[in-house]
Amino acid sequence: MKPTDLCNYPSSWFGGGSDVISEVVISSRIRLARNIAGYEFLPCLSPKRQQQLQDTLKDILMSVDLGKKIWFVDIDHASDVERSLLAERHLISRRHAAGKGPRSVVLAEDESFTAMINEEDHLRMQIYAAGLQLHACWDRINQIDDSIEAKIDYAFDSRFGYLTACPTNLGTGIRVSVMLHLPALKMTGQIEKFINAARDCDLAVRGLFGEGTDAVGDFFQLSNQVTLGVSEEQIIEHFSSVVVPKIIAYEVEARKALLDKKSKTLDDKIQRALGVLRNACLISSQEALFLLSNVRLGVNLGRVPDIKIATVNELFMLTQPAHLQLRAGKILDADQRDTLRAEIIRTKLSQN
Amino acid sequence: MLCEACKERTATIHLTEVNNGQRSETHLCQQCAHQQGLTIKSQIPLNELLNTLLSTQTEKTTGDGETAPAAGSEHACPVCGMTLRRFAKKPLLGCPHDYTEFGAELMPLIEKSQNGKSHHCGKVPSRTNEQDRNQIELAKLHRKLEQAVKNEDYENAAKLRDQIQALQ
Repeated sequence: MKPTDLCNYPSSWFGGGSDVISEVVISSRIRLARNIAGYEFLPCLSPKRQQQLQDTLKDILMSVDLGKKIWFVDIDHASDVERSLLAERHLISRRHAAGKGPRSVVLAEDESFTAMINEEDHLRMQIYAAGLQLHACWDRINQIDDSIEAKIDYAFDSRFGYLTACPTNLGTGIRVSVMLHLPALKMTGQIEKFINAARDCDLAVRGLFGEGTDAVGDFFQLSNQVTLGVSEEQIIEHFSSVVVPKIIAYEVEARKALLDKKSKTLDDKIQRALGVLRNACLISSQEALFLLSNVRLGVNLGRVPDIKIATVNELFMLTQPAHLQLRAGKILDADQRDTLRAEIIRTKLSQN
Repeated sequence: MLCEACKERTATIHLTEVNNGQRSETHLCQQCAHQQGLTIKSQIPLNELLNTLLSTQTEKTTGDGETAPAAGSEHACPVCGMTLRRFAKKPLLGCPHDYTEFGAELMPLIEKSQNGKSHHCGKVPSRTNEQDRNQIELAKLHRKLEQAVKNEDYENAAKLRDQIQALQ
């Protein structure tokens, strides 16, 4: 198997939905930003030294225990569609895909670990897991970080901690995020409350798919903003024990209210979504995302007995542009993509 | 739109309330909203903060009668050549030394974006020398001590004070 073959598989982190927590929390992610002592940050690092740094970091990462099968992808020399695939699967950032100069990614075949080399910082590592598993993510990334640190000196300062190119990542360099599916809060008009409450706690809210998107399809990414003056464990604990349980409770309550008071409206939304998805001949990724979100809610609430949650989860990934093009084995224009997308959705949703 | 309370500043906060089916809208400026107990945290992008910082610097220097506009912003880091002016355009630093070179200018920015925090208190690389390690531990204890005193937990505070003295 090679990285482009991933286009045929659902993402391992795009989680289950077998219990209340993983119905709402799709995945957990922890990212560490690190820079190597003795090298300038990327805005001032010459291409030659970027190459040198990349080679050094690659050797170190390949010598560390990162799991069974590890790939190295040279992003600078990868094709556009290959870069987009990795970005769609959240294995590299959009910025890394669109960047310039020597840059790469080291990733585990099971997609649970990736390390971007020469992104905004020299090294950006992330651990991804389905459902709410922040503590497990931290244990693993902390261990990997230790193994790397045993081989090379990080830029570290006793006052500011790990030094990063942007002061907003200073200190721990940690970004803890959870991906949330909050369709009931959105339907009941309470999503603004959630966003404001999150911002009051110094947490950032973004859309899950694509950057700068208005959280299309009721998917939200919640992450910490403050990285300095709090420990990694404090941030993770705050997420796992305070923030996330509260959001789950709100979403569950909103779902219950919909079932109790507006079950017809709810069923109408779900069935209309299914009606379009099962019959459309052309469908855009935005529309698919929006409708699949409604179906996911329906399956979670037991309103659609003939569809498995895994099928719905899988479709979110497989219907994105680069995924479609790699499956087709050629570059497709927008109409061709919309046709193929509609075809895959129709087939998958009638198989059940 | 002007603020409904002071009728001077521009209203930037728009509040919609629905009471017994009656919808009412209130438009306030940041200050008046704050006075009325409404807190709204805005996330100011880093470069905007820095631009403000640079412009106040310019004002200061001209105020003192100095001719060089924004003298500080052209100063370059001897290691990487980064200047504050360049950083203000795109908020990425050029090398680890910038945190020392531009420490004074960056500090307000760091505190603002880090919720008032200014000292690391998380993971420390195992290869850090003992002196740095002690310094980090001391800073951590000082913060705990502050908290203990604030909570009037004097027993704990006494213990922390002893620990601090032992390290010093």
